[in-house]
Amino acid sequence: MEQLKETPLFGRHLERNALMAPFGGWNMPIQYEGILAEHRWCREKAALFDVCHMGEFFYRGDFAAGGLENVFTFSVASIPKGKSRYGFLLNEQGGVIDDLIVFRLAEDGAMIVVNAATADNDFAVIRSRLKGGADFVDGSAETGKLDPQGPLAREVVTGLLGPEIASIPYFRFITMDILGVKAIVSRTGYTGEMGYEIFLPADRTAELWDILLKDPRVKPAGLGARDLLRLEMGYSLYGNDIDETITPLEAGLEAFVDFGKEFIGKDALLRQREAGRKRSKVAFRVGSRRSPRHHHGIWSGDRRVGVTTSGGFSPMLGCGIGLGLVSPEAAAAGTELTVRHENVSMQATVCGLPFYQGGSVRK
Amino acid sequence: MSKMYYTKEHEWVKVEGNVATVGISAYAANHLGDITFVELPAKGKTVKQFEVLCAIESVKAASDIYAPVSGTVVSVNEELNGRPEIVNESPEDAAWMATLRITDPSEVGNLMDPDQYDEYQKEL
Repeated sequence: MEQLKETPLFGRHLERNALMAPFGGWNMPIQYEGILAEHRWCREKAALFDVCHMGEFFYRGDFAAGGLENVFTFSVASIPKGKSRYGFLLNEQGGVIDDLIVFRLAEDGAMIVVNAATADNDFAVIRSRLKGGADFVDGSAETGKLDPQGPLAREVVTGLLGPEIASIPYFRFITMDILGVKAIVSRTGYTGEMGYEIFLPADRTAELWDILLKDPRVKPAGLGARDLLRLEMGYSLYGNDIDETITPLEAGLEAFVDFGKEFIGKDALLRQREAGRKRSKVAFRVGSRRSPRHHHGIWSGDRRVGVTTSGGFSPMLGCGIGLGLVSPEAAAAGTELTVRHENVSMQATVCGLPFYQGGSVRK
Repeated sequence: MSKMYYTKEHEWVKVEGNVATVGISAYAANHLGDITFVELPAKGKTVKQFEVLCAIESVKAASDIYAPVSGTVVSVNEELNGRPEIVNESPEDAAWMATLRITDPSEVGNLMDPDQYDEYQKEL
């Protein structure tokens, strides 16, 4: 087995007695004091996530001439400087190789932020599509990333790092000095709460971690809480809700696909759009505190109509919630379904997203 | 006079006369993490020793709970329906799950006493 990688904060997690587990090739903190307590802290105060495992690639050059413009499902060249955009890298069949965010750093520069488990392959696929004349480097090892997230995140981060952070709108970022080094502070996240993703040199992340955690309003939260928080928002998790066998159309993410431009997998998506999808993303609430989990069967009466892709207990709703892929006719809001696994069956009702409506993400 | 015993699957059972009170150990609660749901057994249900009695779910996983002794379910702790977190707060006391009328008192010979269970945990 390949050696698990460690973030610069590995020692900090051990000091806090975090429960560690492998995630995407990294030894990551799953929880510190407990998943539910960390989830609540993020919904009410400010939680801090170590997400240094994520990948960061840097592109410098003309987007069209260098070839990057025709890689993703969205245009990079049309992102205004200081803004970021979410979308996909697809395979030729239209399946999702990764979901990612591109940050427009400069007229001729961009940072591409990808998932940890897929980073090496993403880099190879993107590089194979470039035409030369552009610089393209994998800066993942040198780049750290900390996410302070929660309704108090603005107050805390602005107070500790600088007043210019207070006015950053959603899906925009600024470049600023933190600890005397250049950092990117972005108003994005994966929790449904207002918050930031801070990119800085990996060897300085421990200092920033310590500074943020000295504030009593901030507590560390692990990947367990992060998964619950994103699930309550209905955000897709790569490897569960989307993967190389699932297209963005099936996953209900066509809003992030721009058919007005070229991209890898476009022909396959056009054919799927023409022929009609065979399965659709569905969100559902369970009628009890039972948790659906990944890969449970979804039934309509005595007919199996699909499979769950994510599931868990929502502390905010007080019931089980889940996402799945089902035959399109079973995906209409209000449809009554049954989730089955071994001898357990759960009544579920198709609903809209987000599951949790009270988040501070756009405040 | 009551006596406490444990199973290898981390249930505890407190035996008083022919009544067994059943729950999961602090070790189990700690390993499962935050408990979000307890499926209590039906009153009157009859189980054999080490058969599935009921089930529990945490933020991480779902697990079966096995009967430490054979018997018939007499009562269940309905408090756990609304507040399953009691299992984390007080696993070996307030979070009892069911009481059973014991069929065969000699079955406690298949269980561990608290000292043996301490030793058993250290080996895990």
